[in-house]
Formats: sequence, C-alpha cells, structure tokens
Amino acid sequence: MYKVTINGLDVEVEQGATVFEAAEKAGIYIPTLCYHPDLPTFGGCRVCMVEADGKIVTACRAPVTDGMVVKTDTEEVRKVRLTNVELILASHHKDCQSCSRNNTCKLQEVSAFVGINQDRMRQIRRSVEPVKPDDSNPFFHRDFTRCILCGICIRTCQEINGVAAIDFAFRGFHTKVSVLGDKPLKDSQCESCGECLVRCPTGALYLAEPAVAEREVESVCTYCGVGCGIKLGVRGDRVIKVEGNRDNQVNRGDLCVKGRFGFGFINHPDRLTKPLIKKDGIFVKTSWDEALDFIVDKMSDIKARHGADSLGGISSARCTNEENYLFQKLFRAMGTNNVDHCARL
Amino acid sequence: MTNSIDDIADEAKAFFIIGSNTTETHPVIGYRIRRAIKNGTKLIVADPRRIKIAESADVFLQLKPGTNAALLQGMAKVILDEKLYNEVFIKNRTEGFEEYAKKIGAIDLNEMADITGVPAEKIAEAARIYAGSEPAAILYTMGITQHTSGTDNVLALAGLATLTGNLGKRGGGVNPLRGQNNVQGACDVGALPNVFPGYQPVSSPEANKKFSEAYGAEIPDQPGMPMTKMFKAALEGKIKGIYVMGENPVVSEPDICKIKDAMEKLELVIVQDLFFTETADYADVVLPAASFAEKDGTFVNTERRIQRGRKAINPPGEAKSDFKILSELGQKLGLKGFNFSSPAEALQEIGELNPKWKGVTYERLEEGGICWPCPEENHPGTPILYGEKFLTGSGKAQFKAVEYKPPAEVPDAEYPLILTTGRSLYHYHTGTMTRRSDGLSDLYDVEKALISLEDAKNLGLSENDRVILSSRRGEVEAEVKPVSDLKEGTVFMTFHFAETCANQLTNSELDPVANIPELKVCTVKMEKV
Amino acid sequence: MIQKFDTIEKEALEALEKEQNNDIPQIYVGCATCGNATGAQSVVQTIKNKLKKEDFKAEIKEVGCIGMCFAEVLVDVIKPGQPRVSYHGVTPEIAEEIVESYVINDDHRPDLALGYFGEGGPEDVERIDAGDVFKNQQRVILKNCGVIDPENINEYIARGGYRGLAEALEMKQEDIIGVLKDSGLRGRGGAGFPAGRKWESCLKPQADQKYVICNADEGDPGAFMDRSVLEGDPHSVIEGMIIAGYTIGSSKGYFYVRAEYPLAIKRLRRAIAQAKEKNLLGENILGTGFNFELEIFQGAGAFVCGESTALVMSIEGNRGWPKPLPRPRTTEEGLWGKPTLLNNVKTFSVVPQILSKGAEWFRGIGTEGSPGTAVFALTGKINRSGLIEVPMGIELDKIIHEIGGGILDDRKFKAVQTGGPSGGCLPEDKLHLSVDFDTLLEAGSMMGSGGMVVIDETTCMVDVARYFLDFTFEESCGQCVPCRQGTQQMLEVLNDICEGRGREGDIEHLLELGDAIIKGSICGLGQTAPNPVLSTIQYFQDEYEAHIKDHTCPALVCKNLIVYHIDEEKCTACGRCRKACPVEAISGEKKVPHKIDQELCTKCGICFQECPERFSAVERLTGKENLAAAARGRLTDV
Repeated sequence: MYKVTINGLDVEVEQGATVFEAAEKAGIYIPTLCYHPDLPTFGGCRVCMVEADGKIVTACRAPVTDGMVVKTDTEEVRKVRLTNVELILASHHKDCQSCSRNNTCKLQEVSAFVGINQDRMRQIRRSVEPVKPDDSNPFFHRDFTRCILCGICIRTCQEINGVAAIDFAFRGFHTKVSVLGDKPLKDSQCESCGECLVRCPTGALYLAEPAVAEREVESVCTYCGVGCGIKLGVRGDRVIKVEGNRDNQVNRGDLCVKGRFGFGFINHPDRLTKPLIKKDGIFVKTSWDEALDFIVDKMSDIKARHGADSLGGISSARCTNEENYLFQKLFRAMGTNNVDHCARL
Repeated sequence: MTNSIDDIADEAKAFFIIGSNTTETHPVIGYRIRRAIKNGTKLIVADPRRIKIAESADVFLQLKPGTNAALLQGMAKVILDEKLYNEVFIKNRTEGFEEYAKKIGAIDLNEMADITGVPAEKIAEAARIYAGSEPAAILYTMGITQHTSGTDNVLALAGLATLTGNLGKRGGGVNPLRGQNNVQGACDVGALPNVFPGYQPVSSPEANKKFSEAYGAEIPDQPGMPMTKMFKAALEGKIKGIYVMGENPVVSEPDICKIKDAMEKLELVIVQDLFFTETADYADVVLPAASFAEKDGTFVNTERRIQRGRKAINPPGEAKSDFKILSELGQKLGLKGFNFSSPAEALQEIGELNPKWKGVTYERLEEGGICWPCPEENHPGTPILYGEKFLTGSGKAQFKAVEYKPPAEVPDAEYPLILTTGRSLYHYHTGTMTRRSDGLSDLYDVEKALISLEDAKNLGLSENDRVILSSRRGEVEAEVKPVSDLKEGTVFMTFHFAETCANQLTNSELDPVANIPELKVCTVKMEKV
Repeated sequence: MIQKFDTIEKEALEALEKEQNNDIPQIYVGCATCGNATGAQSVVQTIKNKLKKEDFKAEIKEVGCIGMCFAEVLVDVIKPGQPRVSYHGVTPEIAEEIVESYVINDDHRPDLALGYFGEGGPEDVERIDAGDVFKNQQRVILKNCGVIDPENINEYIARGGYRGLAEALEMKQEDIIGVLKDSGLRGRGGAGFPAGRKWESCLKPQADQKYVICNADEGDPGAFMDRSVLEGDPHSVIEGMIIAGYTIGSSKGYFYVRAEYPLAIKRLRRAIAQAKEKNLLGENILGTGFNFELEIFQGAGAFVCGESTALVMSIEGNRGWPKPLPRPRTTEEGLWGKPTLLNNVKTFSVVPQILSKGAEWFRGIGTEGSPGTAVFALTGKINRSGLIEVPMGIELDKIIHEIGGGILDDRKFKAVQTGGPSGGCLPEDKLHLSVDFDTLLEAGSMMGSGGMVVIDETTCMVDVARYFLDFTFEESCGQCVPCRQGTQQMLEVLNDICEGRGREGDIEHLLELGDAIIKGSICGLGQTAPNPVLSTIQYFQDEYEAHIKDHTCPALVCKNLIVYHIDEEKCTACGRCRKACPVEAISGEKKVPHKIDQELCTKCGICFQECPERFSAVERLTGKENLAAAARGRLTDV
C-alpha cells in the first residue's frame, strides 16, 4: 500500500492506483470529462489536472508514488482547469435548457465546479458552427455542437461491446466522431446497443425521443436467455425508456439494441384489451366471464368425450416461472401430461 | 449452462463457439466474449455461416450444415491421437474411456474432413487450441440441437469436454445459451410432457404420487406429447383442443402448412397473447394477456439464475397477467390449488415440490438472482454444475461415442440447396414484439434469403432479385442477398417474418430423444420470379 | 572484417576511377528539390543536348543542394587542373552559353559566375569558400551535400563513407555509446536530448526485437534541412542507422519520411539497394553475422507525426496521436511495444563521422554544452537565403549579416524567428546571443529543428504570430482540449487583433491562454504552440497595443487597419495606378490628381507598387482616425 497525502489528508491506496482513484478514496472531488470508470483512460480533456509532487499532472492517468503529496486546488491548477473548461464552452452549444442532459450534464457539473464566470467568458471568442446532427439511427442521434470529443463513446464501442464502429475523424479543431467514410451512423457497423449513449457525459448523444421517467422499476429483459437486469422508466401508464441495471450480476448495466430500445410493443395500440370470441367465424369482444366459461365448457366437454389426453397445452418460454408452473399444473390436474412449450424453437 | 457467464467470460483461456451466432442472439454475452478475446482468450468458431464473431476467431471452421457430429468426432480423434486429453480427470471422474477411445480411434479424420467440408488440418488446429487451453468453454445454441442428430451432437460436445477435463471447473463447461428469456425456467417448472417441476419424471412412481397428491388428481405415469407431436396428433384427430399461451406456432413451428391444417382441424383453440397473432386467426377464443412489464414474477436465465421481474405499469384495458388468467380458469374448472394471492405464493409451492428450488424465495431474490440448485434457504446457489459429481448412477461422467448421421434431407437434383435458419440481432422469435417496436424495423424490415456468391452467379441472381424458394413442404417468395459469408449450396433465412415465413419450407423430422425438429437443415430449390 | 571493408572501399575507388574520367570537365548541377523547382532538370537536359551537338565530352552529375538557394539553379564546372567555378541563376539559355564559353572554350564568364571554390581561381570572380557565405560555416553534416552524386555509393565511400560503420562493427556496443556520450552529441530534432543516453537506454532492455527509426517527418514551415541531407547525402543517414541497429541490437529500421518528399524517398530507395548490394546492409553485414533491414514508411504529412509517440502510432497504422503522459519511454516500449531508438536525420548522419574521427574532434566544434554544428534553413527578408551549417555558439548576428548578407533592400532588421512554430522571435538586442540549445531556450525561443526566418521592419509581428498560430491550429491533432481549442481561440483573438476587433484585455487573455496551453497540452506541439505569440508579446507588446487600442498596424501590413490614399500634392496624374487597379477604384483624369474610392478599394496594394518611386504619391495610412475618415469617405480631412 502507498501512502499519499492529498490536500493534507492522508490516504492509503494500492500500488498502481492513480491519483484520481486516491482522491476518490479520500473523498476529494476532482473534475473530469473524459474519464469513465468502465473504460481505459484517455487523458484528453485535461480537466483533472492536479499538482503532484510539484508537477502538474492528469490525475486520471498519473500513478501514485509512495509518499506523494498531491494538491488539487492550487492557483495554478485552478487556472489551468478553468481555462480548459472555458475553451470547451467556447465551441459548445449555448442552450442548456433544450438539451436532453440539462441538469445531468457532466460539463455543467464541471463548469460549476471550476467557476465559469460571465466577465471572463466575454473575453472568449465563441464559435459554435451549426452542424446538422446525425439523426440516421432510429434510437439515438448525435449533436456535434454538444460533443466535447472526450472519446468515451469511441472507447465504449471498442471496449464494452467490441464493435468499434466509431472513431475520431479529421484533425485538430475539425476533429469529430465519425464512422468509416464519414457516413451516417446507420450505414456503419454500429449495432445500436446504445452503450455509448449511456456513457456520453453531455447531450451530444441523445435519445431520438427524449424521455425522463417519473419512476423506475427494476426488472429482467424479456428477450433472449441472457436475462439482463433492466430498469423500466415509467411515465403515467407508459414505459418510456429502458436502462441497464448496473447492480445486476448478469449484465452489470450492459444491454443490446432489443433490450434497450425494443420496448415499443408494451404500449402498442395493437395490444389486445378485451377477450375475443369467435362467433359465426367472426371475432367479437366479450367479457372475461363469458370467455372463461366458454373455455371451461369446451375443455370439460372434450375431456368428457375423448379423455384428458385429447387436450394439449402449449406454454411459453416468455412467461414467468409461476405462470408456466400454473399452466402445467392446470393440464396435469386435468389429468394429462400433454403440456410443452417452445423450448425447441 | 453448466457454468456461469462470469466464470466463462473471465476465466476461460479459449472459447469454442459452435452453432451459435452469439453476438446477434446473445449480444451481451457477445460483448463479454469480445472483451475476453481482446485480452488474449483464444477463439474457435464453427458455423456454416461466417458470422460476425468468426472475424475474431483464431480458427474458423465453416462446416456444412448438419455435420456437427463429424466435426466434433474429428476433433476428439485428434485429441486422442495427440494425447492432448486430461488423464487425471479421465481416471478420477469418468467411465467408459477405453471403449470411447477405441471407437473414436477408428475414425478417419480425412473422412470427417470430407463430410464437413473443413480441411483436416483446421479440425486438428481447433482440437489443439481447445485441448491446449485450460480451461476452455464450449458455447452452443440451436445450431447444435435443431437436428435429427441433436442429442448426438450434444453428446459429442460433452465428450470433448470430458476428454479435456473441462467440466465442473470455472471457465470451462458445456454451455447451451438459451434462446428465450425464460426457456430455462419453463423447463425447470415442468412445462414439459415428460417431467414434473425439477425434472422429476412423470413415470417415477414417487414423483407421480407426490404430484398427484399435491394437485388432487390422477396424473398419468406416461409422458405426454411434446408440442411437435401434438400437431401431428391433431391431424390424426387424437388431440381435439389446444391451449396456446404466449406462443405463435403457425410461424415458429417447422412445416407450417401442416401446422395450419392441424389448427383448422381442432375443435378448440385457445390463444392467450399480447397481440392478435397469426395463430390467433385459428382460435375460438383469444385472451388478452399482460406483458412482462405489467406483472410480477420470476425468470430463469441461461445460467440457471432465478431473477425477479417486477410490475411497472397496469396492463392495457381488461388485459390480465397469464398468472391471473390461469388462477381464475383453474378455479372455474374446479381444480384444486389455484387460489393464489400472489406469484410469490406459487414460487413457494414450486419450492415445496422441487427440492432444487427449495431455498429460493421472493425475499431472497430482492437481493439479487440465485442460480439453482439451491436446496436450502441459506444455500448460496450453484453457478457451476458437476463440481464434485455427475448426475449418473456412479457419479462419474460417462463417455459415449456417437456416430455421424446425415440430416433427414440431403441435397439432390430436385432440391439442390440446403436452407438453414436462424435469428437476427434486431428481431425476436416471430417478431410479434420486435416488429411492433419502432426503430428495430427501421434497421431490419425485410427478410432476405442470404445466398452464397457462387450460387448467385450460377443462378444469375443479384441483390433484391425475387425468388421462389421451395421445399418438399411448401414455398416462399423472398428477395435474395448474395453474401460472402456463405459457402456454395447454403441458403440462410431467419424465421422472424410471417410474410416471408421460412418455416413453410423447414422439415419437421425430429431428433428421436429430444423431439427437436431439424430446423437447421432442409433442402430447397430456388427459382427467379 | 575491416579488411573486408577495405576491399569494398578499394573496389569503390577503382570503380569511380573507371566511371569518372577526370581528364575531361566535370559539370555539377544542383538537383535537389530546390534546384529542380527552379528548373535544374531542363538545365541538365540543355547541357546534355549542347554537349552532344558539339560532340564534346564532359561528365554531368546531378548533385544535392549546396545550400545557396538564393543562387539556384547552380551549375559548377571543374576543368582538369582548374578550381571549381560556380554559376548561379542558370537558365537553359545561360547553360548553353556556359558550355560554349567555359566548358568547351576557356572563357570563364565572370559576368555569369558566382565565384569559385578552392585556390587559384581567376581574379575577376570571388572565391566563394572564403567569402561571407562559407567562411563562417563549418560543413560537417552537409559536407557531401552538393558535392557528391547522391545516387552513387562509390562517391560516398570515396569520401570516407561507411568507414565509421566498419569501425563500429569492431567495437563493443557499450564503447560506441561511450564515444557518443563523450562527444556530447545532442539530438538534432529540436529538443537536444543527449544521443548517447538515448542509445544507452535502448541498449539496456532485453527484447526479442528492437527498432531503429529515423524521423524524417520534417514539417516546420520553411525548414528543409532534413530533406537536403536525404536528397544530397542519403548514405550518411543509412550508415548512422546501421550503426545504431548494431549498437542497440536491432535488426530492423524504418525511415519515417513524409510523402511530400518524393525525391528524398527515391534517393533513399536507391541508396538502400546499393548498400545492400555491397553487403553494408541486409543479412550478415560485412560477414559479422549482424543483420539489419531498412524500410521506408511514408507519412501522410501530419506535423504532429514528428512527435515520437505519434510517429510510432502512425507506423503501427493508428491515428497519429501522441500518447499522453505517463507513458512508457519509446526506448523501452516503442514501435509494436518494443524498445525503439528514434533520432532525427541529422543525428544519424553525423554519427559515422564521430565514430571515425572521434569524440574529441566533435567536441572541438561548437560549445561546451552544445558540441558540433547546427544546420539552419535561413529564409525571410534576407539577401542570401539558403541552407547553412554553422558551429554551435556562433552569434545570431553573424548568421544574419555575414552569411545571410544582411536584410533585403537595406531595410531595418526587426526580429529573427527560430524553432519554427514551436520557437519564438528574438529582437535586435538579442542578436549577440550565441546559437545553441540552451541559450535560445532561455531567451524565449529555441533551436528547433533548424528553421530561421529573418523579419524586417515591413513585417507585422502580430501577423507573424498569427501565421505560426494558424499553422499549429491546422496541425493540432485534436486529442487534447488545450491544444485543439486553445490554438483555435488564440488564432481567433489574433485574427480579431489584426482585423481591428481587438479588445482590451486581449493581451492578458493571450498570455493566460498560452500559459494554460503550455501546461495542459499532451505533447510538444501543444506545449510549444503558444511560443510565437508569447515571444512576440514579450518583445513587441507595443505592436499588439497599437493594433488593439489605436487600430494601428505599425508595419502597415494588416489590411483591415490600413487604407490606401493618394497624396494630391505628389500625384502627377500619370494614370498608372488607375490603369492597374483591378477593381477600378481609382478615378482621375489627365492632370487631375487621382483619388481612391475607399468603398471599392480591396487594399490589394497594386497602386502602391505601381506608383513610381520618384513620386511616391500612393501612401498607406493606419490608425483609428485614418480608418474612420476613410469610412466617411473624407480621408483628406485628416
């Protein structure tokens, strides 16, 4: 273990820990924009600069040494950080209210921390070039004027799901996040998993239909057998978004395109809302009582006439354990083992 | 799965993926595999298609559809010949090695190469990687099982894992990735014709007695019919009424024409679903069910982890959860034990009847999922099976050499192409849910038959040309897309699209043990429209 | 082994003797990129044609650049027993005359000659090597440039080439490093890191593979030292790299050359093939069992790829981005994660000479802290621009006024810019400073890789700063915020200042930005990008203030801050300006003084140039009042 002093506080950390991790352990906030705990460090935003043993370093990358003395709030550190954030804001979209990440934006958080002030900003030349967003993907879009080029989306695409559909393109001030050949995202290798969207620190990546939930309900994804933990975002009687549950042991927050975006069927107008019964070849709406009574009569009649084994039940690999249990119980209690489900398909 | 996703992803030194398009069908496991490969884990992929994950493979074996057993026995042969097996494991934990080694030893690797279309050297290379990496995990899905030889294929895989001692240890195992979110659970709780909850055979006198008493009924001690046979029985008039809950057989079953005939013949068809499905057309009564977001309950994932689903919103209109519908129906039918106050109570009853689930309760699931077997309240669950003994009489793994058997249909002059079916990243099963989720259809909205570049050239087809694909059972009109991922003679389609229904063509021949249809191989011909 | 080389050397000399007939005139044409750009190839063709037509025998050699760019195309003639006579500004027509008059006959044409080299030349032309251009120079790295045929390995060997390698192969690796350390050689790429130490740190790590990379990604505007060496003496660099490979235990070297240097690449290719043919490169070099292969990697011309980690990324096929600190040293984990020795072209090229002549010899040149020579590309408002090589420690003044021949048109010197976009500007009172790594750095500039731009009074210092900032802005890789956004911000502010939109507080703003960019940037590009601005503010703050407060450009350069005006008293209504004006902004009739319509004027400056000097009626005015008056259309009121 290494002993590190940060702003006069002593903290012990593992060898190989970074200054940022040491500060985190000591409960000291260091602003960052391009750092993400899931990803390898990038070191491009230069906002986490601190003084370590008299030298200015990036806290996210600099490893601690034993006995290191770190100062996170010297005048020099404050100045460098402030200028960096001012520079980012200089080419950043001005309107926070219309941004999907208003109030949850990392750039807002960091701006508040470094203390952006109007007088200083007046000296800054602001240049936000109007660029058309990439809205080719049906689920999420990219607003280049809100992108801070932290590379988190790129690293996510490389490291989290291994698709590597996006990368930096062009150089210097003209740098942007792009797919091969600077085509629309839809025409790339992108698998639309939305992991980049989740990690974007600003509103550069945003949901095609912005959705802020009233409440969240933990559940399990309804699609494949991986069983990813999800959080259903609810507004009124609608599920308006799905997020990965980072606390779930199975997926730790990761989701695929279906799990994250394929929830539209839940509130779809095609949903059946009343029992239907076929009368003279035409389906008509009916009451639950009538429908269930019809079933009871018919099933009892068939059983009476042909025996229980003339009935068959097809259960569902998409229903719950309890429902499947009840379903098999119902058929077995009727006296037949003719019960199965779509396990083989 | 014998193992958990975590231990495989984090600790395997090699993956052997066969018959699984993992990055599309189990994307989140796909992420983990790609990450592991980045960190140096080796990868063997065997598939008739050059699927995406094949790009990352150290060895890619593009075998002919339906030749899995030949490939696997070939690998076993190399492992035996080159003495790459795990002697200690074989000595301590297995039975029947001598006979197995004798049978496999007699195989000619070059013959296996001919059958599979994979060069012998590649088969050997794959065997060396698999046997030379400790531990190594096998991952498979329907590409292995949906064959008339499905059971043999699985046995052959188990043979490889047994030879190399890759059972009962972290990072190893034989791991079927389950396709649907609760296919494991549906099996676990007895939605199968031959077993009660917890895989207790209906034919076991003890089990039969236990359940007959619990359910207050006389349950037959002979297995019932699997779904695949029910429709045949319906055609023969032996089945008169079918209750379909949350399933769409007129799209998902093989040989759809026959299924439709059977449905028409039935006296009673009950369909219970979220939507008016293609199957609902044949129903006498359709019951509106609740989606997963509208009900409480538990699900079991592919690694046997029981997890809690929670109700987020109310069902629309008068729709009810399947649980509620079944409870009410059971009571109306005058059956005993259908008066549940909540799914939690039903889970308790499952635990009472299934010892492997005894320790699982809703309270515990609040803390996170539990992998069964979990026999007691304070048992942590069992992420890895067969750590100490196997479920055989002796507790030892039994070697069983299988023989390669060709698929039920092989190409001939009339039907010269092999159709193999599968799934897409953007859709799920018969598309009832995904095709009603905006966006997914924007990314994948038309089903195209994928054909090899060679076949495209031979048949004079180019992208978007319309063709009629026909088999001995039916025909489908579709657009084609020539791709380099397929070898000559192979056609690929998904079964997500009812209007381009690949299952019009597929073969309903069954594996004799598992009763699984041979959806992965049927022969077809193709004609330009 | 040495014997083996002796044989090679002997063969080379014999071959040369056979190839070259010294009994006939030798004609050298400077055919580096600079010469070719000025028309050297057509001169070569003309000479060949002429000789053929006259049926006269003479040797023609295409040589590299001797450094006198001001005098291109250069044709030198050596007649048997005569000193080398140099002709400058040669066109095909002049070339014919030279062949006719001097090559065939004996008129050395003092009207066309620049001078001669060596002793015993004609009295009516200057002796060049004793003159201002060369007497202060010491040509070590450039010793073969412009002298030998770079496409003939025998000529290189004849001048002592590859002997350093032969000797090195007899030495222990540690001893080679010892010699380098003793010599005090510092890397010629700009930062001046001690070469011996770098080589040593690359020798130490154990690895199955190590790499040697020659950084020939020369990208400073106006700098062409490396190109000249590669074009004029490629074998010296190759020899240095082979020695490096042997020393650190590497079997593979890369030339990272920008693709914009096609001639350098062509000559390198040929030189590599020739060295292989002679068993000086490739497998089992000189029978020692040592293998070394060289490959040329063409860079796509990104300035930042001159930075060592970005260069390595680029060879690996990645985006050419520098790796942020902390990162492993390239000498320990460089190309493909293997120990990698990366030096500049000039560093490698001088190594063979150090090994054959000894550390003492090298230390004898230059200063204590910076031994050896410095190569500069001397350009700007100077009479003799070109490529020069001087001993470290020489005064700036000597370079500019003696070698460079002083300021063009006898104008006033204002500043000298060294170190390219990473360097700074030094004013007149710094001209006494000695040229070496440390002194220049202290004064707020740097050696850099060797650009030296002379600035006179007609140059606006804010505009100069803007020029360099525009370069770094365009060349920033975009990885880190301070460089990507900071250079853009600085450029915007400088644009504003130059265009009359400067605000109070902008100087402080620039200083603060500069500080943050230097401290915050990942790599040397960003860390030095503000230097041109900071040094011009340091020495020429008054010019910035004049621009901001008074909208005055003292050098009368910044278009938006000047107006053109015709002095009625001086104007003779000759009409030249009126006819020349491309936008017809000038009105006036015969005998009526002309006027400029300020609304139409685009400030192209043609009228100013057209107005005969004896009248000098067109004047440039600057300052708030003049600008305001011009805007009101009543400039004469002022």
